[in-house]
Amino acid sequence: MITKLHLLKQGQSGHVVRVTGCRSIKGRIIDMGIVSGTEIKVQKFAPLGDPMEIKVKNFNLSLRKSEASLIEVKIAST
Amino acid sequence: MSEKNVTVALAGNPNSGKTTIFNNITGARRHVGNYSGVTVERREGTRQFEGKELLVVDLPGTYSLTARSLDELVARNVVINEKPDVIVNILDASNLERNLYLAVQMLEMESPVVIALNMVDIAEEMGEKVKITALSEKLGASVVKTVGNRNKGTDALLEIVLDAVKHHKNKSFQINYGIEIEKKISEISIAMQTMTNIKYPLRWLVLKLLENDLEVYQEIKSRLGGKEILKLVESARIYLKSIFNEDLELVIAERRYTFVGEVYRAVTVPHSHMGQTKSDNIDSILTHRVLGLPIFFGIMWLLFNSVFTIGAYPQAWIENGVEALGEFIGQYMAEGDLKSLVVDGMIGGVGAVLTFMPNILILFFGIALLEDTGYMARAAFVMDRVMRMVGLHGKSFIPLLLGFGCSVPAIMGARTLENQKDRIVTILVAPLMSCSARLPVYTLLIAAFFPESSAGSILFSIYFFGIFLAVLMAFVFRKILFAGQSEAFVMEMPSYHIPTIRGIITHMWERSVLYLKKAGTVILSATVLVWFMTNYPSDTAYSKDYDQLKTMIENTFTEQVAKEILEPLHLSEIEDSEQLQDAIREIKASQLSEKENVSVNLDGLEENEQGDSALHLYALDYLTLEERKEDELKNLEEEQTSEKLSNSYAGCFGRMVEPVIQPLGFDWKIGVALVSAVAAKEVLVSTLGTIYHVGNVEDDSTSLQEALQSDPRFSPLIAYVLMVFTLIYSPCLAALAVMKREMNSWKWAGFTFVYSTTLAWIVAFSVYQIGLFLGY
Repeated sequence: MITKLHLLKQGQSGHVVRVTGCRSIKGRIIDMGIVSGTEIKVQKFAPLGDPMEIKVKNFNLSLRKSEASLIEVKIAST
Repeated sequence: MSEKNVTVALAGNPNSGKTTIFNNITGARRHVGNYSGVTVERREGTRQFEGKELLVVDLPGTYSLTARSLDELVARNVVINEKPDVIVNILDASNLERNLYLAVQMLEMESPVVIALNMVDIAEEMGEKVKITALSEKLGASVVKTVGNRNKGTDALLEIVLDAVKHHKNKSFQINYGIEIEKKISEISIAMQTMTNIKYPLRWLVLKLLENDLEVYQEIKSRLGGKEILKLVESARIYLKSIFNEDLELVIAERRYTFVGEVYRAVTVPHSHMGQTKSDNIDSILTHRVLGLPIFFGIMWLLFNSVFTIGAYPQAWIENGVEALGEFIGQYMAEGDLKSLVVDGMIGGVGAVLTFMPNILILFFGIALLEDTGYMARAAFVMDRVMRMVGLHGKSFIPLLLGFGCSVPAIMGARTLENQKDRIVTILVAPLMSCSARLPVYTLLIAAFFPESSAGSILFSIYFFGIFLAVLMAFVFRKILFAGQSEAFVMEMPSYHIPTIRGIITHMWERSVLYLKKAGTVILSATVLVWFMTNYPSDTAYSKDYDQLKTMIENTFTEQVAKEILEPLHLSEIEDSEQLQDAIREIKASQLSEKENVSVNLDGLEENEQGDSALHLYALDYLTLEERKEDELKNLEEEQTSEKLSNSYAGCFGRMVEPVIQPLGFDWKIGVALVSAVAAKEVLVSTLGTIYHVGNVEDDSTSLQEALQSDPRFSPLIAYVLMVFTLIYSPCLAALAVMKREMNSWKWAGFTFVYSTTLAWIVAFSVYQIGLFLGY
């Protein structure tokens, strides 16, 4: 099932399908190593619900839900 | 460059331990400044190693080398323009894959690179084992293991650095971007071969053109035949985009990551990366859904209290010390302008610079601690939601909070914001947080014009006003000044580290020295300027001849004493009668002890009265006369200072601005006070004291309160408007000087002066007019 990253729940993981959005934001996201095929796991959400923290390539990254919504993720259907 | 000098540039991701390695290499022999024209810190140091002098430059920490951010641009321009002999790329071994992304970009620039594989201890703990020889082979660069925070591998690193310089083994490094892109690269490369005098490596240049890099684009555009090349590039971009159905720079970035992934898998043993680490466990408490915010506020409370409460002690010592120094030097100087300049102007100015030092040292200690442990990113994570509502970054919270203590550390604290726009907006609104120097102004006015029962609410309303305006202005600036330039909040959450004491101390010291050197000079000269404005012209034409009046008072006193005391007693001088002198002395002593609430020796007094009650009455008379004389002289003195001030340049300025501030209900006296309070807001109180000639108000402001109450021009409404104006208008000179320093131009400091003063006028005007309308 393909969905957007910000819709994932805490602890859920998936693989990046593609990154959308305008060039500069997309560029920043890609520079951090989020490219198609990368495995991503949702670590947690901030106390006020936004931003969110994810695990990618052995490090933790925080990004706002608005940016997470630019990342399409494929989750293994259970 | 001489044979013996070797320049080394340190490159690496943020949080890769780059600065620690820099500290390990250079020790204390370093220098921190800014890259010319920008506010990116430039750290430089030297090191003697095996007979060579190494000059080490610490590049800004970056994830990539695009032209998207200032840090990245600076880093790559150093590599291209300064041509360091060797680039040491520091990789965090526990986070190798993403760190390699920068490394391959460095290698693509065809500069001699050696790799320092840092934090190998943490990586091994996490189960990540890196095969060094394989990595070295894949990248064509020497690799050495280091553990920065235990200073391991530093010498080994320096050895391979010198080795790289000696052998110049420039193995060519190329990433294969796929047939279509490679074909275009070689086409454009051939076309560009005729171009001469290009400082960039050719393949890199072509890649950057295909990536639509603005900086390189401009460079080529300005060259002979450049336009033709750019046309060729443009058509190649369009063609490739149609093939990939995606922006070309993103395709290139993805291919680069694909290559990095291959290297990574070849040099490590596969294992899962998604498990919980120690750092994650710490985070499960520190950024906990419920506990996260209370913990954050607790830490902020600690920081704020350390900066301002602990800082207050050394601050008082410095103030006393400076005062004592002024008095000491004053003893050896003749009265006059020079003494006033040295004591009030210069020593006072040095004092103004130094009094901030304890706050700044503690602040930067705290910030270094938060940054080096990794909590700073968590603070931003927790607060981002709130700060984003006004268009700011989560990290803006800390500088704004510090603003309640003092704007100077607040503005300097904004350094933690990487994004320039967030940083500028934060600095612009930070002075709206009511700093502690404004408190004396509020307490004076509230005590004079408002009942005690409402004092708390009035004070709260002023502070709240400041916060409200800061939020509003941040929103406005974000919308107007930096419209449409919102940037991604993509922030690494580095693993928690136990920081090294040395690292924190150096961090704190470097930034504090920067404050002393740059802001200090401006603050000092500004203080001297204000001294000059309030003391000159010194040859004031007074409305009265004060000296003559003083002599007259003295004469009247002598006459009265002669007539009322000496004549009836048949004395020619007070000194002729020992008994009278004794009586005077005794009464003085008893008045003194009464004042000090010590029980009076009544027996002695009674005895005395019995002995010679007439003499006692004369003595009382004498004292009354003397007291009256002293009072008159003091009044005259204060009137003179007041007149001197009102005739000084500052006074003239106050009168000049009177028409402008009249709609706010202010007269020239408030004008003078407001002008001189630009030096420091608490000066408003002492200047009002001088103008209302009530003398020294620093210890006790009751007399000034009474003077203000009896001024018909003043009313509770005007007092409130004055508080609002004081809150909002131009930050003090120290804050303006630090702004100039932090934003590297007078432009923003000037802008702040204008915008805040305008805003203050508009708000004060509205408050005053609404107040009048409501009948206050």
